Amino acid sequence: MSSEANSSLKKTPLYGEHVKAGAKLVDFGGWLMPVQYSGIMDEHHAVRNALGIFDISHMGEVIVSGPQAKPWLNQLLTNNIDRLEPGQCHYTFMLNERGGVIDDLLVYHYANGVFLLVVNASKIEEDVAWMQQHLQEGVTLEDKSDEYAGLAIQGPRSVALFDKYFDGKVSLPGRNEIKPIRVGSIELLIARTGYTGEDGFELFLPADCAEKIWSEILEAGAEFGIKPCGLGSRDTLRLEMCYPLNGSDLSPERTPLEAGMSFFVDLQKPSFIGRDVLAAQKAEGVKSRLVPFRMLEKSPPPRAHYPVVKEGETVAETTSGSLSPSLGVGIGMAYVPTGIARINEEIEIDIRGRRFAAMIEKKPLYRKS
Amino acid sequence: MNVPDDLKYAESHEWSRPEGNQVRIGITDHAQAELSDVVYVELPKVGTKVEARQPIAVVESVKAASDIYAPVSGTVVEVNTALEADPALVNSDPFGNGWIFVLSLDAPEELDALKSADQYREQISGS
Repeated sequence: MSSEANSSLKKTPLYGEHVKAGAKLVDFGGWLMPVQYSGIMDEHHAVRNALGIFDISHMGEVIVSGPQAKPWLNQLLTNNIDRLEPGQCHYTFMLNERGGVIDDLLVYHYANGVFLLVVNASKIEEDVAWMQQHLQEGVTLEDKSDEYAGLAIQGPRSVALFDKYFDGKVSLPGRNEIKPIRVGSIELLIARTGYTGEDGFELFLPADCAEKIWSEILEAGAEFGIKPCGLGSRDTLRLEMCYPLNGSDLSPERTPLEAGMSFFVDLQKPSFIGRDVLAAQKAEGVKSRLVPFRMLEKSPPPRAHYPVVKEGETVAETTSGSLSPSLGVGIGMAYVPTGIARINEEIEIDIRGRRFAAMIEKKPLYRKS
Repeated sequence: MNVPDDLKYAESHEWSRPEGNQVRIGITDHAQAELSDVVYVELPKVGTKVEARQPIAVVESVKAASDIYAPVSGTVVEVNTALEADPALVNSDPFGNGWIFVLSLDAPEELDALKSADQYREQISGS
């Protein structure tokens, strides 16, 4: 890759570390990010069986505070912030007026009345513009994306690593909880969250401390088999869990109900942007639904935008697809007509003009044995 | 990166080994390293006629599907069926057991238009 091609891309504070580690770097939504270091398969298995560390500094961090922060967020997002106690976090959606997904995000209630929103890297500008446009009195909005770095430490050995790194002096927050901690003079936020289906935690820290903490964790994690992991394995890990990826499985044309994500939508709330569309859709029933599938025969790996065929007719198109490193078969997701959006329904995936049998499955595709 | 001196190279990262009036073709060590983790190889059918620089096979890694181009014109006379069971041979032995197909040559002089090992080394050193 020439330096010229890279010059317009944004770099995280860990760019130098990635180059040093021999990562393959790619353009990901305007960011120059590692897609892999030792290889997607190797990194994937490290996270499933031991430990991996991801640079997630490209993701956006927006802080919402002020006396009206809570009611304002409840109006802006689909999940119910009233149920979010200080120290807790939940997954939610920000919708347009048509009920389509602008972004999916995590909201952390990290101090009383102060909320950290972690949003997708490619959507930071759009999200912040949308929030500014709907801003109300009594709400303070701060885009801290450039000030924060983020690290995701994921895998069954993450608790052991945590205890070693903090010398047993700090307790790991519970699942979907967040708390501030100190490492020497560094203030950071630690959350028991992730995007891999494995136990683990995420750290949000000042950008200028990222290199130090990254290196220390890699060193401390060596005995647990830690590997630096790129976006390639992040994608295969999340797809095995059927976590949707915005821009692929989520779009402004699709609602969270169609995406099978009604658990994160509280229609009991009197109002939020997109609510009426979703309420009507719920009453009428959705016309199509996002479902995971796995290939039933040996085939090239399914990928996004392959036709989904039922009884000879193309009825949908895949939104994601890959070989599953854990299962050893092709897997993917697609919005299929509700009539066939059933577990054990057989479909075909058209791969370069050849059709291969696949079956709609239950979420998640991968389960720990 | 391994670039054997006795092979010819295409800009699109296929190697060609002349064997009489035939040529054995695979992808280079550089190409397999760039792709990494080859998980599927879509082989051409024996008997397929192909023009130089036309796509003829597909090599798929976890992340992407990449077309493989015929470096020269000819007819497919043999394909490496071992890759159906073990596509990772393309990674572990790109110039040996990871070969992909053999063409019978239409115009042997087309081989002269391909790059030498030195020229190919120069090409990949810039990336």
